[in-house]
Order: sequence, then C-alpha cells, then structure tokens
Amino acid sequence: MAKVSPGGKNHSRPLLEVRNLHAAAGEAEILRGLDLTVNLGEVHAIMGPNGSGKSTLANVLAGRPGYRVTEGTVAYEGQDLLKMAPDVRARKGIFLAFQYPVELPGIRNREFLRTALEAVRQHRGEPKLAVREFNKLLDEKAKAVGFEPDLVKRNVNEGFSGGEKKRNEILQLSVLDPVLALLDETDSGLDIDALKIVAEGVNRFRSPQKAIVLVTHYQRILNYITPDYVHVLMDGRIVKSGGRELALELEAKGYEWVREAVAAAAK
Amino acid sequence: MTQALAAYDTYLSDFQALTPELDRQPEWLRDLRRRAFAHFQEVGFPTARKGNEPWKYTNVGSIAERRFASASGGPPDREPAVEDLEAVAPWCTVWHEAVFVNGRYSPGLSASAATHEPKGGLRGAVVLSLQEAIASHEDLVREHLGRYARYDHDGFTALNAAFLRDGAFVYVPDGQEIPTHIHLLFVTAGAGEPMATYPRTLIVAGRQSKVTVIETYVSLDGAPCFTDPVTEIALNEGARVDHYRLLLDAGAYHIGTSRVHQDRDSSFASLSFATGPALARNDFQVLLDAPGASCFLRGLYVTTGSQHIDNYLNIDHAQPHCTSRLYYKGILDDESRAVFGGTVLVRPGADKTDAYQEDKNLLLSDRAEVDSKPSLEIYADDVKCGHGATAGAIADEALFYMRSRGLDEQTARVFLIKGFASEVLDAVQPEPLRHWLEEKTMRVLPRFTVEAPA
Ligand SMILES: Nc1ncnc2c1ncn2[C@@H]1O[C@H](COP(=O)(O)OP(=O)(O)O)[C@@H](O)[C@H]1O
Ligand SMILES: [Mg+2]
Repeated sequence: MAKVSPGGKNHSRPLLEVRNLHAAAGEAEILRGLDLTVNLGEVHAIMGPNGSGKSTLANVLAGRPGYRVTEGTVAYEGQDLLKMAPDVRARKGIFLAFQYPVELPGIRNREFLRTALEAVRQHRGEPKLAVREFNKLLDEKAKAVGFEPDLVKRNVNEGFSGGEKKRNEILQLSVLDPVLALLDETDSGLDIDALKIVAEGVNRFRSPQKAIVLVTHYQRILNYITPDYVHVLMDGRIVKSGGRELALELEAKGYEWVREAVAAAAK
Repeated sequence: MTQALAAYDTYLSDFQALTPELDRQPEWLRDLRRRAFAHFQEVGFPTARKGNEPWKYTNVGSIAERRFASASGGPPDREPAVEDLEAVAPWCTVWHEAVFVNGRYSPGLSASAATHEPKGGLRGAVVLSLQEAIASHEDLVREHLGRYARYDHDGFTALNAAFLRDGAFVYVPDGQEIPTHIHLLFVTAGAGEPMATYPRTLIVAGRQSKVTVIETYVSLDGAPCFTDPVTEIALNEGARVDHYRLLLDAGAYHIGTSRVHQDRDSSFASLSFATGPALARNDFQVLLDAPGASCFLRGLYVTTGSQHIDNYLNIDHAQPHCTSRLYYKGILDDESRAVFGGTVLVRPGADKTDAYQEDKNLLLSDRAEVDSKPSLEIYADDVKCGHGATAGAIADEALFYMRSRGLDEQTARVFLIKGFASEVLDAVQPEPLRHWLEEKTMRVLPRFTVEAPA
C-alpha cells in the first residue's frame, strides 16, 4: 500500500486532530503533549509499553469520565471534540472498543444494540429500522464474527469469555458502523483463531470513508491488519512515528531501544 | 402516648362491637379471636425498639398512635368498579379473580374462570371466602387456621386474628394441577378516612398438587390505611405452589405476616413485589419441615419519596436435605429506606442443607438508605450455606459503556434499572403479570422515563 504523509492524501481537513494533549487522572498527569492526525481511510497503530497512556488516549477521545484535559485541543470533523458528551461523540461516529468490555446484567445484547443503532441512525437522519430488518442485520453480522445465535440473545457480555467479549466489541462496531474506530487492545487475550476473526472484522470495516486507531501492546495483530502508520507512545507522548516496518523493528528490538534512541537524539 | 392509648380504646370498642358476630361463630373460632384480642391488649404494638431486634429499624409508632376506622362497618358506600381495580392492579380475564373489599368478599367483583373450561377451570380446587369456608369446610379450616401464623407472634398477628372476619380460602385436593391462576385481590376503598383491614388468607395444597396464587393488595383512594394481613400456606407432600405477593396499596401502612409450612418434597416459589405502601413490613417465614422440601423466595421492592420497606425473612431448615434460595432486590430513589433482615436457621440434624440468601440494592439517590443484615445460624455440620448483601449506585462504568454506544444518559439509566429489576422479574411465570410488573416498576420511577424504543 502506498504510504502518504499525514494530511497529504486528503486535501480537506483531517478527521481527527489532536494537538498538544495533556490529560490527568487524579493527581497524575498521564498524557503530556500528544499530537496525532488521522485522515479518513487511514489505519494508525499506537504501540507502547504498559502504562504509557495508550488507554488514556483512547478513553479521552471517547469521553470517559474521570480524566481531566489540562491542555491542548482535539478536533473531530473540525469540531471541538472535548466539549461533546460521550453519547454525542458516539452518534457522530466515534466508537471505542473497550480494553475491558463491561458486563451489563439484565440487558439483552439484541435490545441494547437495537436501541444504540436507532440512536445513531436518528442522528444521521436515517429512517427507523423495522425490528425484523434489524434482527436480520444483527444475525448476519453476528455470524460474521462467529457468534453462536445464543450469544446475541444473552445479556451484554455477562458470563462471556474474554474472547467472546472482544468479538462482541467487533460485532457492535460492525452493526453501528461508525467513522472512527478506536480499538483498545482488542487483540489481547485472544487465541489465534479469535484474533483472525477480530482482524477480519476490522478489515471489513476498513474503507476510504473510515479511519482506525488501533492501540496495541504487541505487533502480532499487525500481521493481519496492515497499518498505514505506527506510532510509539511513551510517557504520555508520541516519541516516534513510522510505517509498518517500525512495528517489526519494535518487535525485534523492544521498547527500550526507542527510549534510548529518543534520549540520544535529545542530547 | 395518650394518643396511643386513645387508639387502643378504639380497637377495644371495635372488638366489643363484634360481640353479636362472635356469638354466631363456631366456638373454636370465637375462642381463638377472643384469646387473640386479649393477647393484643397485653402486648400492644411493637413500639419499643430497644432490645427488640426484629423491629430495630422500623418504627410502627405512626400506626400505634393513629385511629383507624374499623372496616367492620360493612361495605363502602360505593362498591368499586372493575375499571377501578384494573387501573391499580394486574387483572386478567383468564384468571380466577376473588376480590375482597375492605376485608369482605365481593361476589359482584369476583369472576370465576370456570367459564374458560375445558382448557382452564379450577379442576376441583376450592376458592371461597373464609366465611363460606368456615361453613362448608369447617374441619379443614379449623385444622390449619392459625396453626402456622400464630396469633401470639406479635401485636399485628393478634389483631389480625381478633378481627378475622373474612378472607380467602384456597384448597387444592390431592393430585390436582390447577391450570387457572388464582388471584386474590384485597382492596381498601375508604371513604377518605384512614381505615384498618385485616385480610386473612389460607392456602392448603394437597399431596402432589400444583397451583399458582397471586395475592395482591391495593388501595383506591390513597388514604393512609392500615393493612394488617396474615397469610398461611400449607404444602403437603410433593405439592408445588407458585405464589406472588404484590404490595400495591399506595400510601398504606402495611404490616404483613406470611407463614409457609412445607412437607416432604414440596416446592414453594414466591415472589414479593412492593411499590405501594408508605410503610411496609414483609414478615415472611418458611418452615422446611420434611426432607426434600425446597423454597425459592424472590423479591423486588421499588421505593420513592419517604417510603420505608422492611423485609424480614426467615427460613427454618428443620429437616435434612432441604434447599432454600432467597434473592431480593431493591431499587430506592429519593430518601426512601429499605431494611433487610431475618435469618436462615439450620437446626441440629438438618444435614445436606443447601441455603443461599442475597439482597442487592440499587440506590438512585444518595439520600436513599439500606440496612441489609442477612444472617445465618447453623447448627448442623454437613451444609452448604451462603449469603450476601450489596448496595450501590448505578455503576459509572456501565453508564459510560452504554453512552459510548450512542445511548443518551437517561436511556442508559433506564436500561440499567430495567436490567436490574429483570433479574427478579424474569422469574415471573404468568406472562401478563410479568409485563404488568415490568411496566409498573418503571411507572413508579417517574424520574426515569424515556420514550419506549419503537
Ligand atoms: N482513571 C485513572 N485513574 C488513575 N490513574 C490512571 C487512570 N487511568 C490510567 N491511570 C494511570 O495512567 C497510566 C497510564 O495508563 P493507561 O492509559 O491505562 O496505559 P496503557 O493503556 O498504555 O497501559 C498508568 O500509570 C495508570 O495507572
Ligand atoms: Mg491499556
């Protein structure tokens, strides 16, 4: 795939523009001046050691309460994202696949997703979907992620295995059909078969009208989803960016290598 | 205190006014009622809360100090219409409805589902007013009435027995499975003044019989009435009783006592639903009195304003190889308050007991309060017992997860509340009843309404 510099492919404004983002949780400052530009059609992988702030970035973009943005800006489709409530962001096309999907006791997958899709469609000005049509859509998408018919009837994530929870995130992604997918370690804890199913789901979603930010600790999933860009996040900042090959280099040399290289460059 | 004394005088004069009626009753019943009233005079209401563990968190002073008109004055001026009942209670044309207005059986409002033969019908089950039953099934009534819920349990059971004038009698002969659900509907229709009623229910399920009974309490004018019901349920060998107890009497002081006696291999499932009363006490006790008996008690209480609900649940594992499950859930808004108490008692020799009790509360306001004290008392060795209690607000995690999928905050909350309730309500077998309760649950929480998704 031809590599294009950020902003180069798309002459209109970027889909997502993160500038000098600082975010804290409690006393601790976690993100410390993070910049990231994502255009439609692009897949960005964000890699970094545990605790570097990958989830914080994804969470702040999705609007999770509990984080304070102390400095910087985030523009989504040219609008101030940080001012929007999490559900508004979702309806405008941002989707976060959770690192730890939440169990919702007593709430059925099918009803939950139908209500969510209805909210999203209403925002997009699309007509209501008849229950029968929705059920057909859901069953098709569920099959694509290898869900047993039983799983869509069950309560959301309740009693699901780790792999089933992650596949449910991908199922929700494919039903809600957002614009920007933030995938937070959707690959972790999956066996190779589940990993392939998840990767296929993400690849089906990929299109010139969509963008993906794929947060991962390991490069393994990048064997199945080829990113346009790879960024290394360390201590709350993106310290190095490159193409697909950067992930392989990281795999071979480890994160310490980047840390040393960055330190050397700073001297 | 002087006020309380005045109220006690009212009970005395009300009871004395019953003399002609008592004189017409069989001697055993007359004696029972007289002894019960004497006991009430002796013990009064359990207002002393110091050293009175069962009433530690619930103050019945508001009942003790108030004068309630006795419902003995006959039927209300205007008999309610079926539409009035349908507006406040679940009502289903295929149920056998037995309606009691101010404690008296109302033949006019009651509707037999016998007309729904051959699919439905009572199949040999007897559903009568206690008045009639005392005349037609005296031996049976005499054998069971007051045997499980003793009048000397406390002042409330004493009052109920003393003023035991009418009530419901359900008898299922051996081997009969009753396809029609029996609905006992107790209505308080005051003429605007606070009224006391003493509903009494006796259910006797024969060997290997099967029946579903719904016991509902409603009040029509929202006056602060005093409902003092006592329910006795006896399950013979292998009997199965599905029981629902719905406290929908808005604004009432409702002090209910239920006693269940289970013989060998019987199984009892009961679901209590409470939304109405200003003050409610659900004193429920099951005696597992022979091997192989099992009971499953569920409950959902939904409270707002300054409502107070006290669930006092006791399971007595008197014999080995019995199972009990107790799952109660509460949804509390505003400054309402819930109490959960009682004990699972495993007596010496009750080996292979399998018991679990749990109380979970969802607090929708930080002013709502729960005192949840489930307890176990175990005197046998080879048992499997557990308990748990939780109280907490809607989880931020869950709320954010739902909002991140596009649901607005209110819709997400409604989903979570319904989901919480559904863990109890999903167990409601009669479908029309389940739908009614699901809808009622959200209707009593007006702060949490959204347009239903089409
Ligand atoms: N809500 C929070 N409250 C307090 N500390 C947090 C919170 N979220 C993350 N942190 C801390 O911020 C740092 C980065 O966490 P995180 O973004 O989860 O990293 P990663 O996803 O890269 O492993 C960690 O030290 C973590 O403990
Ligand atoms: Mg993380």
